[in-house]
Amino acid sequence: MLARSQYYLLAALAASFVASLFSGSFNSYFLDVAVTCGINITLAVSLNLINGYTGQFSLGHAGFMAIGAYSASLLTTNFGGKLLPLVGGQTWIFFPLALYAGGVVASVAGLLVGVPTLRLRGDYLAIVTLGFGEIIRVLLQNVDAVGGARGLIGIPDYTTLFWTFGLAAITVYTVWALVNSTYGRGFIAVSNDEIAAEAMGINTTRYKITAFVVGAFFAGLAGGIYAHFKQYIAPQGFGFDKSIEIVVMVILGGMGNNVGVIIAAILLTVLTETLRQFGDYRMILYSLLIIVLMIARPQGLFTWTGWKRKSA
Amino acid sequence: MPPLLELDRVTIRFGGLTAVSELTAHVGGHELVGLIGPNGAGKTTVFNLITGVYQPTSGDIRFAGESLVGRKPYQITGRNIARTFQNIRLFPSLSVFDNVRVAFHLHVKHDAVHSLTRFRAFHAEEKEIAAQTMELLDIFDLGKFRDEPAKSLPYGSQRRLEIVRALATKPKLLLLDEPAAGMNPTEKTELTKLIRFIKDKFQIAVLLVEHDMQVVMGICERIAVLDYGVKIAEGTPTEVRANPKVIEAYLGEEPTPG
Ligand SMILES: Nc1ncnc2c1ncn2[C@@H]1O[C@H](COP(=O)(O)OP(=O)(O)OP(=O)(O)O)[C@@H](O)[C@H]1O
Ligand SMILES: [Mg+2]
Repeated sequence: MLARSQYYLLAALAASFVASLFSGSFNSYFLDVAVTCGINITLAVSLNLINGYTGQFSLGHAGFMAIGAYSASLLTTNFGGKLLPLVGGQTWIFFPLALYAGGVVASVAGLLVGVPTLRLRGDYLAIVTLGFGEIIRVLLQNVDAVGGARGLIGIPDYTTLFWTFGLAAITVYTVWALVNSTYGRGFIAVSNDEIAAEAMGINTTRYKITAFVVGAFFAGLAGGIYAHFKQYIAPQGFGFDKSIEIVVMVILGGMGNNVGVIIAAILLTVLTETLRQFGDYRMILYSLLIIVLMIARPQGLFTWTGWKRKSA
Repeated sequence: MPPLLELDRVTIRFGGLTAVSELTAHVGGHELVGLIGPNGAGKTTVFNLITGVYQPTSGDIRFAGESLVGRKPYQITGRNIARTFQNIRLFPSLSVFDNVRVAFHLHVKHDAVHSLTRFRAFHAEEKEIAAQTMELLDIFDLGKFRDEPAKSLPYGSQRRLEIVRALATKPKLLLLDEPAAGMNPTEKTELTKLIRFIKDKFQIAVLLVEHDMQVVMGICERIAVLDYGVKIAEGTPTEVRANPKVIEAYLGEEPTPG
């Protein structure tokens, strides 16, 4: 017997599958925006575990995304010829395995970045994670084996609506399920008050690292989906501005509020697509959004105060 | 058998300041001991030393015969020492229910993986914890606030909730840091009863830091007095009240109740 939340997950997976069957009848612009929405939901909800529920300030989410994107793409592009036959040429087996590998590599990076959080808080942590993201980007730019500044081309177009929204659904479920348990309330306790959390027997270090590892894992998967959707990745696509974009989604949605973060991810994606002609000026919009939000609605656009959450 | 808690010549220095100096003290198995002294005497620092927030510069702290020095706060809680804070430190965004539930943490068998798989055993355990949480909340008359965020509770109830939350960790020793601070006389009387009730019902030892002499003298079996980090007296409430050193350093000429 499954828990009710798991039926929701199955329903979401089934819906993604059905949508995928009909993807031929959607126009390509719509598909483009839809897939980007799905990727951004995964990114924002996974960051919400780190920044929202656990209260850490990570500014390096695009770095994890990059690691996942490059790892998965190297497997499918450079080694696809050797590896694909091993699974009988079945891309529906090969692709998730490659994605998963990318997620694992990203989560190892999450572990490495999570360790400094033992000591760092707030803005210091933000600076370290920002530095991490930049290091990843610069490394990728300078390693010829992964295409350097030119990036990786010729990535197979494995991404479908099913993989995109299936992953988004699994991410939402995972973050929801992790936090909604006696164990999981520990994440929120850490974000509320570390000293009190320790006094309640909560190993705060362990929770923070778990948040980073899980968050990075899903960001890595999202990176893989992105790469096999664009069929081309370059280091500058995973820069500081991408990290900021994800942070804005979390802040806009309301830290630690998954529904709000999903809505924010969709809204911002659509907005970004609409404003594409303005190029880098979009960054001004993001910065303004953060400033206005922090002043006017620090709890996020979609978090209602006075909204009583039932403790389950 | 050694006493439950032993402080053995414990010293801590912050730069040039010796906040606690060569403190030797103990708390027995079901004892209710008071720790008093003027502002800045080092009382909260003693709590922070016992719970691993600070490490002593020298000396040893033993609990049930085992040294606590070098252990992390969460490990010390795992050894059945719980505390409240002088400035209330609830989890403000969590509900009253979740504040207590999360404190069962150490007694929960499930972890991240079980939270994801959500098998029958997970649900059974969660149900059990919810029942224990509600039982505790109801004993302390906080059940009606169950779904309120902790930060929205009235001040007195927040203090009570902090004690309940500490109890959920299932301590053998409870450290209370000025639980009566900011309470009105009625609330103080209730608190006094509550502390006695907790000690008897849960069969635990209590170490109480409190400035309110009526509360302290009313319930403590033994009292230690700190001044500038040094223990200047120890004894029954009657003895301590009559001690000239204590009167000079803390109580003043006229013992001031309240
Ligand atoms: N982390 C720290 N760094 C430096 N000094 C500290 C630190 N913690 C406590 N102190 C100092 O140690 C001394 C004792 O402080 P403590 O808070 O233990 O006093 P207290 O007896 O609890 O006082 P009160 O009754 O006001 O709560 C004070 O002089 C305080 O400034
Ligand atoms: Mg104090």
